[in-house]
Amino acid sequence: MIGIIILVSLVIVVAIIGMYNSLVRLRNQVDNAWSQIDVQLKRRHDLIPNLIETVKGYMQHERGTLEAVTNARSQAMGAKSVVESAKAEGVLGRALSKFLLTVEAYPDLKANQNFLALQEELSSTENKISFSRQAYNDQVLFFNNKTQMFPSNIIASMFNFAKRDFFEIEDSVEKAVPKVSFGN
Amino acid sequence: MWEQIRANKRNSILLLMLMAAVLGLLGWIIGMSVSPDPQAGIFGVVVALVIWFVLALVSFSSGDAIFLAASKAMPVTKDVHPQLFNVVEEMAIAAQLPVPKVYIINDPAPNAFATGRSPQSASLAVTAGLLGKLNRDELQGVVGHEMSHILHRDILFVTVAGVMLGAITLISQVFLRSMFYSSMGSGRRYSSRGRNAGGAQAILLLIAIICAILAPIMATLLYFALSRRREYLADAGSARLTRYPEGLANALEKISQNTVPLAVANKVTAPMYIVNPLQQEGMKLSDLTSTHPPISERIKILRGMSGASFADYSDAFNKTTSRTTPIPSSALKDETVQIRSSVQQSPASAKNQHRNIGDIMQRTSGYRFVDCSCGLKLKIPPNYKTDKVQCPRCGQVLPIS
Repeated sequence: MIGIIILVSLVIVVAIIGMYNSLVRLRNQVDNAWSQIDVQLKRRHDLIPNLIETVKGYMQHERGTLEAVTNARSQAMGAKSVVESAKAEGVLGRALSKFLLTVEAYPDLKANQNFLALQEELSSTENKISFSRQAYNDQVLFFNNKTQMFPSNIIASMFNFAKRDFFEIEDSVEKAVPKVSFGN
Repeated sequence: MWEQIRANKRNSILLLMLMAAVLGLLGWIIGMSVSPDPQAGIFGVVVALVIWFVLALVSFSSGDAIFLAASKAMPVTKDVHPQLFNVVEEMAIAAQLPVPKVYIINDPAPNAFATGRSPQSASLAVTAGLLGKLNRDELQGVVGHEMSHILHRDILFVTVAGVMLGAITLISQVFLRSMFYSSMGSGRRYSSRGRNAGGAQAILLLIAIICAILAPIMATLLYFALSRRREYLADAGSARLTRYPEGLANALEKISQNTVPLAVANKVTAPMYIVNPLQQEGMKLSDLTSTHPPISERIKILRGMSGASFADYSDAFNKTTSRTTPIPSSALKDETVQIRSSVQQSPASAKNQHRNIGDIMQRTSGYRFVDCSCGLKLKIPPNYKTDKVQCPRCGQVLPIS
């Protein structure tokens, strides 16, 4: 009788350890996926001052557009949480796409090698953000499912595994990813 | 996706075993035809299997290096072509794989291939012609196709199978040639020695010749049939990774319009490339042995996609051809991948394209470029050691960075 009780409690302990470990693993994967996005967001923020510096001389009449980009950038850099960051990055993305549309009117700028190089880096960073966003959201979905489904939800609430937020940028922004032109 | 990768790994091992069997059989027949003693047959099998083992070992350990060297691919750094590196990094992120090593082949014919043992040690090579002719979206489509080969674990399979196919062809060639010479020389005298023994040996000899001819053909057919299915799958994978099937379709169209053959490709390396580097479109007779599905069909399927998921590719495939879909059912799960909008680009003129290709080729071989303020572009050869250069037009002394 005692033997059976010991065996059952042993099985339960092993199951709890297993669930706990898989929750930790999933949470680490979410963190890792987030750091992938974070690297790209930082890169985007680093590129903007260089870009503004390069175009300033050409775009005297577009002060408003440039300021909007600079402001959106500082907003995005100050974002604390994932939701805040997603919102601010959405605004920044919109400001950037508007800016890159106005560039179309400046043929001199489009012939500037320095600008073209920066533009290539920027549009690559935009792509990397959107591709790593997909991976992050997938990981968050796995993790959240685990924290909400029985029986792992018991372990999750016992050890404070809080559900994570998706990195969602509004759909309208997604479609209006900066249209970049590579004229020769 | 995982079922698909597992199936690919299983197929790779299966093909390896089949190759071993073919090679062993070939060894036995060659042994038996040399001498009717059964020990000669066993000896032939042993020799063939030893050869097979050595080949498998070589292709596992350094197959990628062999292919890269055979294609004269040169490792490059980001400053040679920043856009290529960016696109490769983007696709690596999309496929959630480590960034592969990047190589450029100094050849004006547009093409690309991927090789390596695993995604962790993969290499991706593109030709200078490809970089010069394609725009960003198209390059992304091609790199996405190669990244899918890496993701689906096609690279190891093709590398190993390529080495094996090369070996079987070589062995049977050697055998056929030695048969040919011996029949011209002393062979006739020996076979006329005793009537019965000579007759049995003649039949064996005939079987041996037939097998020696058939084995490489069969191996090639199998290899090619498998690699065609892989091409479709990689096209579907590219559409899903880039979310823009039109990019790859345009790239394939541009590549198929190319008339320069790829100098560094041969029969064994051909299946590795995105587009068969040896054949021109429209050769219907060779469809059976073609390593790649007809380009026009691939383009039609990609253009018929209403979304960018595997299921969309499968639907478009069924609409275009009447054959069964090459996409494994495990990949056809409910998944909606929207097609993204294109990047606006003005097409480069033919003259600029040629200039671009030339620049890329020079940069790959170590040339440095210095822009002078007078508008002249100086090309510094790799053996120029001083760190300053005088502009021949305006006389300015420029630093070489």
